Amino acid sequence: MSENLLEFKNISKSFYGNQVLKDINMTVRRGEVHALIGENGAGKSTLMNILFGMSAIHETGGFEGEVLIEGKNLNIKSPHEAMAAGIGMVHQEFMLIPGFTITENIKLNREITKDNPVSKLLGKRLESLDYKQMNEDAQAALKTLDMDIESYTMVAGLPVGHMQFIEIAREIDKQGIKLLVFDEPTAVLADSEAQNLLKAIRRLAGMGIGIIFISHRLEEIVEVADTVTILRDGQHVETKPISETNAAEIARLMIGRAVTLDRDEAEARKLSDEVELSIRGLQVNMPGERVKGVDLEVHKGEILGIGGLAGQGKLGIANGIMGIYPAKGTVTFRGKELPLSSPKNVIQSGVAFVSEDRKGVGLLLDESIEMNICITAMQNQNRFLKSFGPLKMKDTAKIHAHAEEMIKELDIRCTSSQQNTGSLSGGNQQKVCVARALTQKPELLLVSEPTRGIDIGAKKLILDLLKKLNREQGMTIVMTSSELAELRSICDRIAIICDGKVAGILDPTDSDEKFGLVMSGVKLGEEKEGA
Amino acid sequence: MEEKKLTVNGLVRRIGLPTIIIGLFFAFVLVSAGFLGLSVPTLLSDTVRRAGMNGILVLAMLPSIQSGTGPNFALPIGVECGLFGIVCAIEMGCTGWGWFGVSILLGIAFAIAAGYLYGILLNAVKGSEMTIATYTGFSIVAFMCLIWLTVPFTSPHMGWFIGNGLRETIQLDSLNAAMLLNNLWGFNIGPDFFFPTGMILFFLLFCGIVWLFFRSKHGIAISAVGASNAFANASGLNINRSRILANVLSTILGAIGIVVYSQSYGYAQLYNAPLTMAFAAVAAILIGGATASRAKVSHVIIGVFLFQGLLTSAMPVANRVFAGTDLSEIMRMMIQNGIILYALTQVSKGGKSA
Amino acid sequence: MSELQRNTPASRVAGWVTDNLVTVIFLAFTLIGFAVSNMSFSWFLGELTGRIYRNGFLVLSLIIPVIAGLGLNFGIVVGAMAGQIAIVFIRYYNIGGTGGILLAALLATPLAILFGWATGKLYNKTRGQEMIASLIVGYFANGLYQFLFLFAVGVIVKVPSDHPLIKPDGIGVRSTVDLGMAKDGGLKYSLDYIWRVDFLTGVIVIAAAILALQLFRLLRKNAREKAAGKGVAILNIVLSAAVIAVAVYSRIARNSLTTVAKVPVVTVLLIAGLCVFIELILRTKLGQDFKAVGQSQHISEVSGINVDRTRIIAVIISTVLAAWGQVIFIQNVGTLNTYNAHTQVGMFAVASILVGGASTSKATVKQALVGMVLFNAMFIMSPEVGQAVFGQPLLGEYFRTFMVYGVIGFALGLYVWKSNRRNKLTI
Repeated sequence: MSENLLEFKNISKSFYGNQVLKDINMTVRRGEVHALIGENGAGKSTLMNILFGMSAIHETGGFEGEVLIEGKNLNIKSPHEAMAAGIGMVHQEFMLIPGFTITENIKLNREITKDNPVSKLLGKRLESLDYKQMNEDAQAALKTLDMDIESYTMVAGLPVGHMQFIEIAREIDKQGIKLLVFDEPTAVLADSEAQNLLKAIRRLAGMGIGIIFISHRLEEIVEVADTVTILRDGQHVETKPISETNAAEIARLMIGRAVTLDRDEAEARKLSDEVELSIRGLQVNMPGERVKGVDLEVHKGEILGIGGLAGQGKLGIANGIMGIYPAKGTVTFRGKELPLSSPKNVIQSGVAFVSEDRKGVGLLLDESIEMNICITAMQNQNRFLKSFGPLKMKDTAKIHAHAEEMIKELDIRCTSSQQNTGSLSGGNQQKVCVARALTQKPELLLVSEPTRGIDIGAKKLILDLLKKLNREQGMTIVMTSSELAELRSICDRIAIICDGKVAGILDPTDSDEKFGLVMSGVKLGEEKEGA
Repeated sequence: MEEKKLTVNGLVRRIGLPTIIIGLFFAFVLVSAGFLGLSVPTLLSDTVRRAGMNGILVLAMLPSIQSGTGPNFALPIGVECGLFGIVCAIEMGCTGWGWFGVSILLGIAFAIAAGYLYGILLNAVKGSEMTIATYTGFSIVAFMCLIWLTVPFTSPHMGWFIGNGLRETIQLDSLNAAMLLNNLWGFNIGPDFFFPTGMILFFLLFCGIVWLFFRSKHGIAISAVGASNAFANASGLNINRSRILANVLSTILGAIGIVVYSQSYGYAQLYNAPLTMAFAAVAAILIGGATASRAKVSHVIIGVFLFQGLLTSAMPVANRVFAGTDLSEIMRMMIQNGIILYALTQVSKGGKSA
Repeated sequence: MSELQRNTPASRVAGWVTDNLVTVIFLAFTLIGFAVSNMSFSWFLGELTGRIYRNGFLVLSLIIPVIAGLGLNFGIVVGAMAGQIAIVFIRYYNIGGTGGILLAALLATPLAILFGWATGKLYNKTRGQEMIASLIVGYFANGLYQFLFLFAVGVIVKVPSDHPLIKPDGIGVRSTVDLGMAKDGGLKYSLDYIWRVDFLTGVIVIAAAILALQLFRLLRKNAREKAAGKGVAILNIVLSAAVIAVAVYSRIARNSLTTVAKVPVVTVLLIAGLCVFIELILRTKLGQDFKAVGQSQHISEVSGINVDRTRIIAVIISTVLAAWGQVIFIQNVGTLNTYNAHTQVGMFAVASILVGGASTSKATVKQALVGMVLFNAMFIMSPEVGQAVFGQPLLGEYFRTFMVYGVIGFALGLYVWKSNRRNKLTI
């Protein structure tokens, strides 16, 4: 029994009536590397939040089921208690203070102190730091990981690979660490660094520490894990020893079609060969969504899908084309090169953009629906204006009329066109964003995450709308989405982005397995024989 | 019952708690003044005069708030431009309406140049505009002290009786320039109430101009930039240019504002007088219901009447109740700076970002 | 490319100058000042050291909030008010001398803790806008302060109108209060005159102390630190030795340096003690938390540090130090300008530390000390330069004000500009 370090028993969790985890069972043994895999939103983070007793769980009514640590239900209520129980987490974003040395970071808020006359009088917080002991501890932790670096080096300026190791060193320096969670640890690492990390993970497992390894890189999972658990849409799909499965099967289980937003016409449409938008060597520095060299062609009149896992760079493409984030490369639209640093020029060339960040970038929340709909066209195309000599005033009547038309056409549910967009529901906000884009009368529409955070009924409406625009007005659409199902339901072709590059362009009718493998960065050719 | 409570809450939220508190306090002071036997018409007359005097200076806060650079704590820049316009006009020998017109035109010219440079500065220090604006304003005032002391102007209206430089306060009545606007179409209601029609109309004229401006293409762009940089950028707006334009406008209003202020006051005050003018103007617009990031013309009008009204009427009341103390000045400090602090606490709701 | 540029000596000098532009400007101003005015060096030294004894403590009180990420705390004005309230109190009861000043410091402490706690709370609510909030809170508190001394004293608390502290009409505290000499039972010089040594002796002792400290460090340091700090340490040793040599020579030669005002040993020891205190507290758990919170509130919070509380403690320490600093200041001046003495305190202290090269996110004892010297030098020099160059000392005084405001605006602006440029996304 004591072999079982951690046991999730029948874990269920809902947020405001929305079930995100259902009856999850999972066991991690001592010295086991247990991979946890699933698409974005499959429930991995919620499960980990439950393990760490995060307030986000308790403030929303807790969860059902039991978490047993070494057979005992410890009822962990805060990350602090989780730490005391010997559970550690290596974060995806580094929790390192750049101006501190490696030692200071490893010992952050766990500093070793010695008392002094003042502290005896005024309390523990005034105890002096024992730098010598701290350095020794840190050095020892680094040594466990086979890291040859001096512990008094400043963290700022170290390569990312090192930073990752410092994070791990911090966890193993904690007293009695039993279970370590790695959340996408290799996402930011170069190949050789990732290899080092995997070696270190095996070494830690060898020391008897249980490891939960969250990753989407199938090859890594097959290489490092002992067992794999697959989640999909909050449900436990499968747990298998890695020796009894392979990357292809994992990929298939991970993608599976949960909700079937089926395509109306199964047959492929005849697409024009005319290239509307050509992207060559596009690099975009969008934090968290870096694009590292994308080549892509969009044909006239098609709906091109851009898919891939979060953080792989799919969102960076549209943002880069629009000039919202710094970008490099060549983007040619209808034979004319677009400047990459001027949203104004891109908009004036006939490209409209519906941002993935609806509330931050897509809307002025404190402005009326009609102003939101018309402002971009007004500012870039000088429409909805009346001229009084040199002065251009807004044409309230025209704006109002146009907004009413859009509200009717897109079925935006609101009290009036004067209502602030901040008080609309997510789906209606999204429609306002689309209305603004349409108001620009674009020839090319870039839509990012059009259905994020809106309910299922509204999702269908938005997707139908995009399809209608494409079919009836011949508008070329590039749709970026994390939801593969919706891409597959309306797109003509789907480009999958992995690690900032196009990993493959698939047909929407291709198999789940194929999608899963491409999204996980597996080169299709080499996997064929394995499957 | 439930519904009634909700609408009261809604009303409070719409008008803003500070506005309501100050408004009630103002009403309370006026009522007490009546009971204490003070002439309420006189107090109201002073209120209207002081509101008209300060109105355009408060209006100057609006463009900068709307553009997202925060209240224009560097208002002294505009004020100094206006003062320099006034001084130049006097040196050129202008009097009366000529003086008024030339002062304003010169003030605007200086303000365009200064506001443009100031806008560039603000674009370089995004994120810390308010502190740096304050010290830029202070620096300009101190720098202009050097100018006042050394400028080789010779008009007898301005010089010290001995030595170089200009006087601390320049009397305008000797130029037939005092109370020009106040007396234009001004009329009395009863013995104690004088309505400075010209000045109020002038103030409302500029309120109207600003209101119209914010319905124009450029004005709408400024508001959008201030509401969300991310939105503005993605919508093809030129953020930096909008911010510069807004601050040029704010500086121009500061320059015009001080000319109106000076003619009503009867003196042009040089040297350190403009140092803290920004704070009173900031407080007024906040009292009117603006926040550090959103403001409307109505906030300016309500704010300047409430704040100046409170200041003018509180003094005689306080003096009557507690003879020999300067309670009203203390009250001014606390209300003025208290409202600014309150607005600052509303800027970001305590996000612990890195 | 940038690696390459950094390596040529000329560009390294240029880089250092741009990094320390404010300091360089003030250094240049001081040197030019000496060149154009015919100020005697010994008079200048006397003035300069006098101002440092007076203000040093206040400038040092700014360091901890900067390290804890609150920026420059203009709100030390509030601490200064606590000090003045305590001074008025002991003056009212006619307590003087060394005991009196100690009692004032003691009384000021709980007040300053309370004020610091309140302002700290406020800064936590105005996160990201702490500096402008600290400036405004000073103005706001000034209203409360005036309410206390112009109104509460007299109207709410009855006081005898014939008391020398009280205005003749019995309401409010006078705007200037003579505190009397320490030897006559007053407060003036009650710390400064406890023990004085002559200037050159003081210089020799301080230089010798620095010399000993540097030698000690040089010998104790391990190999790594030695390599890094060796050049500076040797420079310091040489400089201290040179200063000692000059002082000894002046003593023997009895030149004008012997006429420089005497050193108030206790005050200097307090300032030195504060320097040591700041260095020591930064080596404690609390100090480590200040540094962590100052660099990233988010990471600190995640690591379990109580960020809000840590920030409040930093403000309280700063406020208490400012209260003591103001007590030291007033005992040196000898008269209490009840309604003016505190108002400029925050600004002058901030300007000083900025001149020393500090910024909103970094401040050290060394920067505070360098800043004190250069800023006060400018302060003394300005009217002299105004007189010498323009024949108008008033011009120099306005220039001085301009420099105070200007240096704050310029240094803060430069810092924000640099960090905005650094944080800008590029490809």
